[in-house]
Amino acid sequence: MQEGTVLEMRGIHKSFPGVHALQGVQFTLRKGEIHALMGENGAGKSTLIKVLTGVYSKDEGSIMLDGHKGEVSIKSPQDAQNVGISTVYQEITLCPNLSVAENMFIGRTTAGAVLKWKDMNRAADKILKNLDIPAKATQQLGSCSIAVQQMVAIARAVDMDCKVLILDEPTSSLDEQEVEKLFKLMRDLKSRGVGIVFVTHFLDQVYAVSDRITVLRDGKFIGEYTVAELPRLKLVSTMLGKEMDDLADIKEDKAVNSQKDEVPVIEVEKLHSTTGIKPFDFYINKGEVNGFTGLLGSGRSECVRAIFGADKTIGGVIKIEGKKVKIAAPIDAMKHGIAYLPEDRKNDGIIGDLSVKDNIILALQVLEGFFKPLSEKEKNKFAEEYIKLLDIKTASPETPIKSLSGGNQQKCILARWLLTHPNYLILDEPTRGIDVGTKVDIQKLVLKLASEGMSITFISSEQDEMIRTCSRLVVMRDGRVVGELTGDDISQTKIMSTIAGE
Amino acid sequence: MKKYLAIILALAMVFALAGCGAGKSDKITVGIINNDPNESGYRAANDRSLKEMFTEENGYEASFFYSLKNDEQIAAAQKFITDGVDYLLISAADTAGWDTVLKDAQKAGTKVILFDRTIDADPSLYEASIVSDMAKEGQQAVDWLKSQNLSEYNIIHIQGVMGSAAQRGRSGALDDEAKASGWNIVAQQTGEWSADNAQQIVQAVIDAKTPFNVIYAENDDMAKGAVAALDKAGITHGVGGEVLIIGFDCNKWALTELLNQNWNYDGQCNPFQAEYINDIIKKIEAGETISEKTIIMNEKGFDATTITEDDVNNYGI
Amino acid sequence: MEKKTNILKKFVGNQLFIPLVALLLLIIFNLINDPSFFVITILKTKEGFPVLSGSLISIIDFGSELAILAIGMTIVTAATGGQDISVGAVIAISGSTMLRVLCGTNPQPDKLLAPIFVAFLVGALAAMLCGAFNGLLVAQFKIQPMVATLILYTAGRSIAAWINENRLPIIGEPSFGYIGNFLPGVPIPTPVFIAIACMIIIALVQKFTNLKLFTQAVGINEESSRLNGINPKFMKFMSFVILGLFVSVAALIKVTRISTITYSVIAKDIEMDAILAVALGGNKLSGGKYNIWASILGAYVIQFLTTTLYKLQVRSDALPAYKAVVVILLVIISAPAVRDKFAQITKKIKAKKAVNGGV
Repeated sequence: MQEGTVLEMRGIHKSFPGVHALQGVQFTLRKGEIHALMGENGAGKSTLIKVLTGVYSKDEGSIMLDGHKGEVSIKSPQDAQNVGISTVYQEITLCPNLSVAENMFIGRTTAGAVLKWKDMNRAADKILKNLDIPAKATQQLGSCSIAVQQMVAIARAVDMDCKVLILDEPTSSLDEQEVEKLFKLMRDLKSRGVGIVFVTHFLDQVYAVSDRITVLRDGKFIGEYTVAELPRLKLVSTMLGKEMDDLADIKEDKAVNSQKDEVPVIEVEKLHSTTGIKPFDFYINKGEVNGFTGLLGSGRSECVRAIFGADKTIGGVIKIEGKKVKIAAPIDAMKHGIAYLPEDRKNDGIIGDLSVKDNIILALQVLEGFFKPLSEKEKNKFAEEYIKLLDIKTASPETPIKSLSGGNQQKCILARWLLTHPNYLILDEPTRGIDVGTKVDIQKLVLKLASEGMSITFISSEQDEMIRTCSRLVVMRDGRVVGELTGDDISQTKIMSTIAGE
Repeated sequence: MKKYLAIILALAMVFALAGCGAGKSDKITVGIINNDPNESGYRAANDRSLKEMFTEENGYEASFFYSLKNDEQIAAAQKFITDGVDYLLISAADTAGWDTVLKDAQKAGTKVILFDRTIDADPSLYEASIVSDMAKEGQQAVDWLKSQNLSEYNIIHIQGVMGSAAQRGRSGALDDEAKASGWNIVAQQTGEWSADNAQQIVQAVIDAKTPFNVIYAENDDMAKGAVAALDKAGITHGVGGEVLIIGFDCNKWALTELLNQNWNYDGQCNPFQAEYINDIIKKIEAGETISEKTIIMNEKGFDATTITEDDVNNYGI
Repeated sequence: MEKKTNILKKFVGNQLFIPLVALLLLIIFNLINDPSFFVITILKTKEGFPVLSGSLISIIDFGSELAILAIGMTIVTAATGGQDISVGAVIAISGSTMLRVLCGTNPQPDKLLAPIFVAFLVGALAAMLCGAFNGLLVAQFKIQPMVATLILYTAGRSIAAWINENRLPIIGEPSFGYIGNFLPGVPIPTPVFIAIACMIIIALVQKFTNLKLFTQAVGINEESSRLNGINPKFMKFMSFVILGLFVSVAALIKVTRISTITYSVIAKDIEMDAILAVALGGNKLSGGKYNIWASILGAYVIQFLTTTLYKLQVRSDALPAYKAVVVILLVIISAPAVRDKFAQITKKIKAKKAVNGGV
């Protein structure tokens, strides 16, 4: 092992039934660096991290750590923690109903048999202050924002004397300001000599904080680069394994399809739900792609959820092709040809233990009714058709959906709704947490569907995606619609200024 | 929601006790603590006889409390004592834990009479205890069985819930005699007072082709279950049948089975303590002393060959 | 060779594997212990009809109620991720209702007051009402199923006694007993046919409705199901009502076996066996995916065990302990953690073999 290296993984192999997930992967982490681990979904990032943290046992290969002679054997997450490897996951794994301090010290051998609350709180406050985390030791964790919770998780990891800190998609539920705070913390830790493995899908973020990048593709190690060596476009093409200028092309296809005089497919007046958004008006025409934008928590998801009947509405009118309809529950919306791909794929989208097939046919099946099950033949036909159409990577239609990668799960949910042939499709963060290739596929598909006459509302945290796909943007701030942008007004700066209210 | 449940249960208890407030009058006030009458036919008959005895016409003012839980019973007893009842009649769910409350009763001048079940307490703390002798019930049945002079005894013994007083008494008598007379017990298992279980136990013996000619079931329900298995296999039973049937408790329907010659013997477990209690109260009120604290009730056993219609009506519960 | 191991693997991975292995073990044990266990003979009933008799017949006969209950319990478990512990008490209620309809206020009627079929319908209604009550508490008020059903578990037997005002009705009419015993001239016990009928019905329901897909979806992810247009509350509610229906069928068998009822002990603890059947069938007790056939097989395995223990004349007070030991073994074997470990070990052995073979 070289001087200054904290972690070295060599020749890691890992197989699952039918998949050779890691094929001789290597990874080196130096002291005090932020090292981005990049790759498409299914490239092997998660598997590599799970091997490193003891969730999976490796089939072959060696892991060496600074301060340990020879190989270290990591058989369980506990082992990983003991040798100084800590992980902070995308989903918060702490206990929201305990205090910040309790969360930081829970389950730690050093706490001793009898906890001294005062000491614990004092120690926690010191760490929080040290790392400049805006939380109090005695505060209930659940009352902190997601970003702060994430920072507490990091603080906990750091305080456990970790040498290697793994951040697995830490930013996907944070807004820009929060991301900045997190980066500040990361840089701070870096200066203290902690080696950070950073897994993310956001290219901007990679370039904002990382020193080096390791790229995996199809379970193989592709290369290790400094940030300067690998500019953005090159990174994308390395990840995809092909030269890519599709991204640039997309904009040209953008559908401009909004004549003012036609009757909107969906029209909403003063719709108001119990989630805290203010009554809002909205319409969408046939073949139009529009979007809700705003900061996280500005109410963009709540608006579409109200239209779909996912949240309880307490006022307002929904008209479909000019006719007033009542939507009290999702099934009502579905019957009127509305489809909704939810923001939270894991909790609101997939039915984890069910097969890919059952997940794809679910919405159609519900629409058909309880007493009209589709035949096995029809189910198989639909499933195979959409697996092919959307290029869903699955061993078979019978595979449980939870064992698919995030991007492929998302495609299944998309397939589920496309199968119902909706007139109006709502896509809430369809590209979150999925790889670049699939993102492009989805954006293209949106435009294609719109050109075929489907009306689509597209919501994304990545503004460039929305700019590329939407012909009209509804801008929200604090639960209120604050503006609408069309045509040339749809630009990064204009959106920002509208959100900011300038 | 758990909380609501607790409140509902608490309210139910309060209502149950609300009827207990005994105003002072010339009537003798009694507080009766019993097991839930739904528990068995025996208990239902027992409760009925108590209700028929302790009426206003008979000069009583009675309040009832039912529970299968000892702590609830003790709490109710405490309440009755506070209300100042003259007599406290208790059929305890459990033998232990009654010391304190009985001492309180003594202090308050409430006289205690135990019925059906004894408790572990100093006899000075109660006036009398009226009980069945389960061993005697068992012995009577076993004596009857012996008197049948069968050429061989191959017995299926279906026991009650293990450890219960009735099971210990009734099993004990059979076990002793089987040892002494060399009777063959082909199966001995607990049916837990349940007809279903008894049916399966007998079915297992039938399936195993083990010969047997006596079924000794420790209550009527289990005897009925056993007979169901025999009927299914076409094995005759009762007077003149291949298998002798013995049951306990003298349910009316069971005695009818005897009358119809389907069964052979049924041992009584007398639920009618009310008369005995009434006698004792009358004696105490008259200033007499009770010589014998533990009173064992008379209990009969009925033979199918001698039982009459009147027996069924008089002793059936 | 490769193909063979694949088939083996597939079989080991199947949900039916554990109950089948348990069944096989019990069969082997009985074969060694006393092969006469498997002998089926023909007996003549009182009426002179030939009927089949033997331990195997007893198992499929007495296992009927449990198999029927296992069907409903599986559905409730799948939809709600909890279990109904009031099953035994509701059997008492439903059975008591049937007898009340047949007997009125006369405990030993000479003539039945209503056709048995009508009595069954009323009893089924009573059981489904109990199910609806449980379902309402679970679906609408979001009470944990075990806690919600605790209410009827506690109060049910008293309600059953109250329905008949504490009388003990006894039905003399022989045709009533046919249901729980033998139909005249049919050598196989009637409950077996009833159980088979229930299985056919649930198979048809699963084929011609979306019950399975929807309950599984609700059990796995309630919020996702709602956003896909399923009404999770209604599905949970219905699962209890369906269980109620099966409970009433089990109640019918129970009361017709002996033509009477004992409120306090009828079908005592049967809920525990029914839950065990679901678990033994490898279904997750936390809900979600299920295999109804595995539960049914589990039910018969439990009855097989019970009959074996009765046959063995295990000392009566030790009987529950023996049963518990067997149960613990079965459940441990079927636990996912143990199965994973098992899979690991076999893989290691295989790897070693491969290495040795290579040299």
